[in-house]
Amino acid sequence: MYTKRLTPWFYLIPALAILGFFLVYPSFHTLYLSFFGKRSHTFVGAGNYIYVFTNRVMLTAFRNNVLWVAVFTTVTVFLGLILAVLFDRVKYEVIVKSIIFMPMAISFVSASVIWKFVYAFKPGGTPQIGILNALLDTFHLPPVAWLIEKPWINNFCLVAVGVWVWTGFCMVVLSASYKSIPKQFLEAARIDGAGEWGVFWKVILPLLMPTVIVLATTMVVFVLKIFDIVYVMTNGNFGTEVIANRMYKEMFLFRNFGRSSAIAVVLLLLVLPVMLLNLRRFRREERR
Amino acid sequence: MTEKMSRSLSRGLLHTVIIFITLLWLIPTIGVLVTSFRPAQDVANSGWWTVFESIFSSVRLTLRNYEVVLSRLGIGRAFLNSFLITLPATLIPLGIALFAAYALAWMRFFARTFVFMIIIALLVVPLQMTFIPILQIFNKSSLAGTFPGIWLAHSGYGLPLAIYMLYNFISGLPKELFDSAAIDGAPPFYIFLYIVLPLSVPIIASLTIFQFLWVWNDLLVALIYLGGTPDVAPITVQISSLVGSYGQDWELLTAAVFISIVPSLAVFFGLQRYFVRGILAGSIKE
Repeated sequence: MYTKRLTPWFYLIPALAILGFFLVYPSFHTLYLSFFGKRSHTFVGAGNYIYVFTNRVMLTAFRNNVLWVAVFTTVTVFLGLILAVLFDRVKYEVIVKSIIFMPMAISFVSASVIWKFVYAFKPGGTPQIGILNALLDTFHLPPVAWLIEKPWINNFCLVAVGVWVWTGFCMVVLSASYKSIPKQFLEAARIDGAGEWGVFWKVILPLLMPTVIVLATTMVVFVLKIFDIVYVMTNGNFGTEVIANRMYKEMFLFRNFGRSSAIAVVLLLLVLPVMLLNLRRFRREERR
Repeated sequence: MTEKMSRSLSRGLLHTVIIFITLLWLIPTIGVLVTSFRPAQDVANSGWWTVFESIFSSVRLTLRNYEVVLSRLGIGRAFLNSFLITLPATLIPLGIALFAAYALAWMRFFARTFVFMIIIALLVVPLQMTFIPILQIFNKSSLAGTFPGIWLAHSGYGLPLAIYMLYNFISGLPKELFDSAAIDGAPPFYIFLYIVLPLSVPIIASLTIFQFLWVWNDLLVALIYLGGTPDVAPITVQISSLVGSYGQDWELLTAAVFISIVPSLAVFFGLQRYFVRGILAGSIKE
C-alpha cells in the first residue's frame, strides 16, 4: 500500500529536484539578493529598484522593450496571418511556407550577422557592400548608418531581425487554424457580397482571434527577454539597450549582483500577469 | 473589363506579392552564402550580388574562408563543442520529463494539482531570475565552465515545456489502454515502457527537435555558465566574439555563420513535419 502511494514520486523526483534546483530556489534567492548591495553584503531596501526605474540607460532600455513588444508582436502575428491566408491560395504553398519558416532554424547570433551584413555601411562615394545601402545608391541617395542612426532607425532595424526569424512561427500556427475554418463560411460571406478584405476582417480574423491572442501572448513573453540580437549587433550602444542586455552587463561587466537581480525581478513582474492567466485557465480546465 | 480579366489580374498580383515577400526573406541568407565563398579582396570592394552580373566572365570563388575559420579562428573546435553540449542537453531533460509527464497524466496522488501548477508557473519564469544564484553554486562546486554544468542547466530550463507538452499528449491517450493493462496486472513501469513510450514517439520527436534547436542556437545560457573560454565555447559564443574582433571581415564571419546553420537547417528540413506538429501541440490546445 505504501509503495503504491510512493510510486508517483519515483517518477517525479528527478524532475522536481532539477526544477527546484534550477528554477524555484534560484528565483527566490534572486528576489532576496535584489534587496542587497553590489556584493550582497549590505541591505539596501528598495535602492536597486529606485536605480532600475530612474537610471537614464535603464529608462532607454524600458522604452526599447516597449518598442520591441509593440512592433515585434504586431508585425510577426499580423504578417504571419496575412502570409498564411495568401499562401493558402497558391499551389506552391509548401515551398514558400518553408522559406518563410526557415529562419526559425537559424540562431539569433547567426541571424544578427546575416543582417549586420545587410545593413553594412560605408561612407558615400565608395562602393557599398551592404545590399540596403547599395539599393539607396542606385537611387542616388546617401548611405544610411542603419545601426547607429538613433533612436528609431537602429531600433527598428534590430526588431526587423527578430521579425525575420519569428514570422514563420506565427504563420505556421495561424495557417493550421485557418485551414480548420470550414470553407463554407468564407464562401457564404463572398456570396453575400463581401470583398476579400471584408472576408479577412469580418470572418477570418474573428474566427482566428483565440489563436491570435495565445500567439500574441507567447510573443510578448518571449520578446520581453530579447537579448542575443542586441548583444551581437550593437551591444546596447547608440540607444539600443534592452532590459535583458542590461541585466547581463550589470552581472558580468559591473559585477553588481543587487542591481542585476532587481532587473531580473522586474522582468518577472512583467510576465506575472501572463503566468496568473495561465494558472487560472489551468484551474478552470482541471475542474471540468 | 470582364470578370475573367480582373480575376487573372488579381491572380497575377497575388503571385507577384508572394514571390516578392519570399525573395525578401531569402536574399539575406543568399548574400551570406555567396560571400562565404568569395576572396577577401572582392568582398571588401564589391557587393556579393555582382557575382551574378559577371557570372559568365570571371567569378572568383574560394574555399579558403572556410579553411581559415575552421582551423585558425576556432570554429572547428566550437562546432564540436556545440554537439557535445547539445546532444546530452537534449536527451537528459527529455528522459526526465517523460517519467514526470506519465506520473502527472495517469497517476492520482496527493499534491498532483499543486505540482502541475508549479510547472505551469515555471513555463514563463525568465531565466534571468536564476543566473546569479546558480552561477555562484557552480563556481563553488567547479561546475562553471564545464559541459556537465551546462547540460544540467539546459535540462532545468527545458523541463517545464517538455513536461507540459508531453503531459498534454500522454493524458490524451485512450483510457482503455491503461485500464486493461492494469487489469492484466501490469506494473506502472511496464505500462510506461511498453504502452506510453511507443505511442509517444511523434511528440518525443517534436520535442527532441525543439530542444535540439533551442540548445544549438542558445547564446545566453552558454555565455553565463561557460564564459568565454574557447575550449568549451559553443559555436554561437565563438561567432559572437568573432563579430567583435573580425567585424569587417565579412568573408570570414559569413563562412562561420554558414557552418553554424548547416546542422540546424538539416534537422529542420529533415524533420520539419515533426517540428510543425510540435509547435501546434504546444501553442494551440484543442
